[in-house]
Amino acid sequence: MPRRTMIEAIRDAMDVSMARDERVIVFGEDVGFFGGVFRCTQGLQAKYGKGRCFDAPISESGIVGAAIGMAAYGLKPCVEVQFADYVYPAYDQIVSEAARLRYRSNGDFTCPIVVRMPTGGGIFGGQTHSQSPEALFTHVSGLKVVVPSNPHDAKGLLIAAIEDPDPVIFLEPKRLYNGPFDGHHERPVTPWSKHQLGEVADGHYTVPLGKAVIRRPGAAVTVLAYGTMVYVAQAAAEETGIDAEIIDLRTLLPLDLETIVASVNKTGRCVVVHEATLTSGFGAELSALVQENCFYHLEAPVARVTGWDTPYPHAQEWDYFPGPARLGRALIETMEA
Amino acid sequence: MADAGMLRFHVPEPEVRPGGTPDFSNVSIPKAGSVPRPKIDVDPRDIRDLAFSIIRVLNRAGEAVGPWAGLLSDDELLEGLRHMMTLRSFDARMQMAQRQGKTSFYMQHLGEEAVSCAFRKALSRGDMNFPTYRQAGLLIADGYPMVTMMNQIYSNEADPLKGRQLPIMYSSKEHGFFSISGNLATQYIQAVGWAMASAISNDSKIAAAWIGDGSTAESDFHSALVFASTYKAPVVLNVVNNQWAISTFQGIARGGSGTFAARGLGFGIPSLRVDGNDYLAVHAVAKWAAERARSNLGPTLVEYVTYRVGAHSSSDDPSAYRPKAESDAWPLGDPIVRLKNHLIQRGVWSDERHAQAEAEILDTVISAQREAERHGTLHAGGKPSARDMFEGVYAEMPPHLRRQRQQAGV
Repeated sequence: MPRRTMIEAIRDAMDVSMARDERVIVFGEDVGFFGGVFRCTQGLQAKYGKGRCFDAPISESGIVGAAIGMAAYGLKPCVEVQFADYVYPAYDQIVSEAARLRYRSNGDFTCPIVVRMPTGGGIFGGQTHSQSPEALFTHVSGLKVVVPSNPHDAKGLLIAAIEDPDPVIFLEPKRLYNGPFDGHHERPVTPWSKHQLGEVADGHYTVPLGKAVIRRPGAAVTVLAYGTMVYVAQAAAEETGIDAEIIDLRTLLPLDLETIVASVNKTGRCVVVHEATLTSGFGAELSALVQENCFYHLEAPVARVTGWDTPYPHAQEWDYFPGPARLGRALIETMEA
Repeated sequence: MADAGMLRFHVPEPEVRPGGTPDFSNVSIPKAGSVPRPKIDVDPRDIRDLAFSIIRVLNRAGEAVGPWAGLLSDDELLEGLRHMMTLRSFDARMQMAQRQGKTSFYMQHLGEEAVSCAFRKALSRGDMNFPTYRQAGLLIADGYPMVTMMNQIYSNEADPLKGRQLPIMYSSKEHGFFSISGNLATQYIQAVGWAMASAISNDSKIAAAWIGDGSTAESDFHSALVFASTYKAPVVLNVVNNQWAISTFQGIARGGSGTFAARGLGFGIPSLRVDGNDYLAVHAVAKWAAERARSNLGPTLVEYVTYRVGAHSSSDDPSAYRPKAESDAWPLGDPIVRLKNHLIQRGVWSDERHAQAEAEILDTVISAQREAERHGTLHAGGKPSARDMFEGVYAEMPPHLRRQRQQAGV
């Protein structure tokens, strides 16, 4: 099976979708001729023409707002916001419009759009190239929120997102674009070509939205992770020798609660990990759900390992980023609690 | 300069406040028929002055004059009059229903009836409006059932939106009326996107965007103009300048730009200003802009100069911020009276027939209201099911919503 980077897998997902359905339209800043600042749309304009893949003005609310209008017409826009850190000007369009269009019109109009955006830190991106704003979207009824962690899933989830009848926020951990990253910044990064999950089938396939996957089966403690943190969790389990069951959530909304509950009821312990800031982060929802659903099986408090409640700093990158050492300590504490 | 060291902060104020004498002497009104009608493929740079003038057809004597006149037959004009009268009557009944506690909220169109009623007749079936909450004339003029509108206003068991939306936030794809959102200006850029989609699909349909004077200050107004200009989208960008954004006079949003139409000039968009109380002028300009869009010549911005005669909404009291009789002093008059006088002047209408039509329309509205009320009002009678609350958030109900619906016991 061919191996692809996450970038290539994402591009392939759009390519496959555009070839299958002429209603699929791709646009955003630098997305057209240039092929995107991360190369995710390279070649699409040449292959499908300027009517299907084109450059947009630097206006996030314009990009998402226009996409909503196109979706109301009957197209399926898959648009890009260059960095998740720059989605805020489009927040009104996403929250007030895309998410509610089906509900408020009782299905008279619908909004099958995908908003792709590179997310996450670990790349010395500083305050505005590192944020993880997923909790701002998981709080919004009517949206679906997806965070892939590898090329295989990225392609299958993106095709599923494009085919989904509802608006999907598709967060791409840019730290994982070229290879998996476990937080060991002192070591060279392995490219996806050397990783099994870099195997990406040609043609059409989907990974269903709303389904988590167990990346590492274990009996001692459940780790709830997504995006880059999946690899940090694997490193932490290995380095502490703790038999952690690592769940890659893949879709945050709707959430695969069944897989989570089954795992925590088995292990009796749970650690939640994400890059985003702690307070009111998605980890709070996960922690509450585990507590509500697994209370009588829990042998320790649910722990959260996250970014600190500060803006994402530049020089202090590795003091901020929740790496394997910090997660490892939480695993040990949870086992000793 | 002696005072160069001290800056002074500027906040625009309307000419007159409550207790003062209404004064529109500063509003320059060109004579009817005096503004030329350019070809639809005109270079926007050649008609810059149209953004600072007012296109008018009906003169003081009720005659239709000038190059924008003569597009509508007597029958079409009589139909237009009926639409405006129906909207006014509908408004009055629904405003009263709100006062009687049959619904929580209402917003009238008083004085602005010509804008949406005449515009609708310039569009074709399949075109899509992206209206604000003050263009119900688009529905009335397209024959959307009044009973359905009332069902929505009453949030009753027959409400097409299942009680999920505030009154008057209608939605009808079939009638080219995009779902209304409470968030201002959001639909302006969506209209441009819809128009882009029509062009991408090599379709022949066009879109119409709607916004009020106050909401032009929202950033989505700006993004809509950028996108419309960049992609030459087949869209008519309508700005309804009714002078007021709740309590805020238009100068707060307009600033030093002179007119709202002038905003379009910086984007290279042909921009026209029209007498919003002149049914014939509104229709003629709308037709011109629609033809431009349909001929692939790109967007047009149209500012409708009108006056919000009624309160902003059923929750508003305008006497707190503007003179009570200000609407009487409004120099462009009343759109219904002006069209009525024109039809009388043409010899196809009379005061008697007008009075008779008024009574007939009121009967129709009242009987629609009776029918709607048989399906319930907000606090009495049939209502949407609590189950409906959980439906339609997604195409398929996800597990967490199914659990919540169970918890709610519905």
